[in-house]
Amino acid sequence: MATDTPFPDAGPQTARKRGGGAKRTRKAALRLGGIVLSLIVTLLGLIAITFFIGRVVPIDPALAVVGDRAPKAVYEAARVQLGLDKPLIVQFVNYVQAVATGDLGMSVSTGRPVLQDLKEVFPATLEMATLGILIGIALGVPMGVHAAAKQGSWTDQIIRVVGLAGYAIPAFWLGLVGLAVFYARLQWVDGPGRVDIAYDGLVTPVTGLMLVDSLLAGETDIFFNAIGHLVLPASILGFFSLAYIARMTRSFMLDQLAQEYITTARVKGLPERVVIWRHAFRPILVPLITVCALSYAALLEGSVMIETIFSWPGIGNYLTVALLNADMAAVLGATLLIGMVFIFINKLSDALYNVLDPRAR
Amino acid sequence: MAFTDMRSWLLDESPASRSQARWGRIFRISLAFRSNTLAMVGLVIVLALIAMAAFAPWIATHDPIAQDTYARLRPPSAANWMGTDELGRDIWSRVVFGARITLAIVILVAALAAPAGLLIGATAGYLGGWVDRVLMGITDIFLSMPKLILALALVAALGPGIENAILAIAVTSWPSYARIARAETLTFKNADFIAASRLQGASSWRIVVGHILPLCTSSMIVRVTLDMAGIILTAAGLGFIGLGAQPPLPEWGAMIARGRTFILDQWWVATMPGFAIITVSLGFCFLGDGLRDVLDPKSGEKH
Repeated sequence: MATDTPFPDAGPQTARKRGGGAKRTRKAALRLGGIVLSLIVTLLGLIAITFFIGRVVPIDPALAVVGDRAPKAVYEAARVQLGLDKPLIVQFVNYVQAVATGDLGMSVSTGRPVLQDLKEVFPATLEMATLGILIGIALGVPMGVHAAAKQGSWTDQIIRVVGLAGYAIPAFWLGLVGLAVFYARLQWVDGPGRVDIAYDGLVTPVTGLMLVDSLLAGETDIFFNAIGHLVLPASILGFFSLAYIARMTRSFMLDQLAQEYITTARVKGLPERVVIWRHAFRPILVPLITVCALSYAALLEGSVMIETIFSWPGIGNYLTVALLNADMAAVLGATLLIGMVFIFINKLSDALYNVLDPRAR
Repeated sequence: MAFTDMRSWLLDESPASRSQARWGRIFRISLAFRSNTLAMVGLVIVLALIAMAAFAPWIATHDPIAQDTYARLRPPSAANWMGTDELGRDIWSRVVFGARITLAIVILVAALAAPAGLLIGATAGYLGGWVDRVLMGITDIFLSMPKLILALALVAALGPGIENAILAIAVTSWPSYARIARAETLTFKNADFIAASRLQGASSWRIVVGHILPLCTSSMIVRVTLDMAGIILTAAGLGFIGLGAQPPLPEWGAMIARGRTFILDQWWVATMPGFAIITVSLGFCFLGDGLRDVLDPKSGEKH
């Protein structure tokens, strides 16, 4: 087999001829190359799916532009202008080119390029999902470890129920109940939106992340107000990632705790804390990173439901408004962006797994 | 006496006939299943859902779509067990009739997605080569997509409505079934009984449909049951956004959406359908977990 093989996955035979370390790095490089290739293929697949969805629409795009009273000549001109007269495959290539150059079309409801809209709404989603995953990791990992260490205890039972609840409770319902309880009744948190109306538009967006921007501008009032608005939706997202992370951590830990080296460590007389955190926890770090990455990607997707409840001006809200207005350019643009981030995080966790796990090297 | 005879016939270690072996296996599985409390709870919930759907007109106390504007937004009481909504409709009766919609959604999604995934996965696994590569490539692309967003975009394109919601959920859920079917197929593709029927001249189609697919069913049943909760949540989410079941259908997600405006003062309008969703989803989770314990080939030796 030639060394410049176009199929990175088919590498082991060529790699075997080289010695020791070089062989290993080469193998790792080939595997990473494979991940990059599958990333590209999957992204193309995503674009193909959105292209296909855009073609299924019962509304004729040309008719939508010119209106149904337009003369035939105008309609035909619009069809040509939109490239709808060309063969499907040419249309697809044009679509891929447009997406690659960031041209996602114009939104009918906002009257602006979809890409520009997305740039404005995405940081809000990112901020909420990031805080959510931080909450999920900070609580979920210790809960999972504890549940495994005290398997069968009442705390373990509670953690298992929480884990199952994450599969059974609709996010939008929990959001509504959360608003009713913590905002309306207890008044522990601020209501919908990113900041109070009085503060709205006072901070010039630099990163688009309200917490960062308000600190950059030195507005601590707005910073704390933004936290008050962010904490409830982020906690609800955090609950779902906590449920998943705790469940996975628990089962990884149970696998490790059943191994013989743990028995050895215990027989040596090591304190239980050392056995659990230094011995059993270390090997599960790598699969845990994958779990956390998957959960993060799922949160970006799951924020769609939460954002509608909390009037959060993020991509989920943008998408639902576009859905209800049948604004297909905006729908497909938002789908593409969420899909790309989702796929990218997935593949990144694959790559991390390959780099970090000594057995995968 | 007859009972103990029956029992020992069923539990016979060396069954004398095919049917005895088959009944014995079913009996042993049901014994193992019955000792699992959570699984039984799940089974009861799912059976209750089915009963509710089947006997909805007799279980409901009111007409689910009859409006009574004098009885708007009444709190839960002896007359209206879950209160009434903003049009004076009895929420309990709507939840009961909503069971029909939920059941129809999960059954239809399973009936569309599972056979499609099964066939694709078994074909890919059995034929191998480029067929395998192409089919699994497509499967992997679908697997790494965000399912909810894809379903949302599909429904937006096809138009809101319960049929399109079912179709969209099915389109996003077949790939995991294809993966399982392929993995299962690979484990017994080279078994002697497959080789025997190939030597008898059976076509690939016959081997896949007649011999391989039946062997995939138990792991498929487990997987589909575990996925039910996710399907219910997605369908409710579509209904909540307004893309799923359309009014006046008493779909649980859409009912929560209607109660949204009243969540602060008339909490029951939005919360009651939510409890129904949670109960049914948990039921399918418990049932799926229990079925996995008894049907999973890896733990099957214990029973």
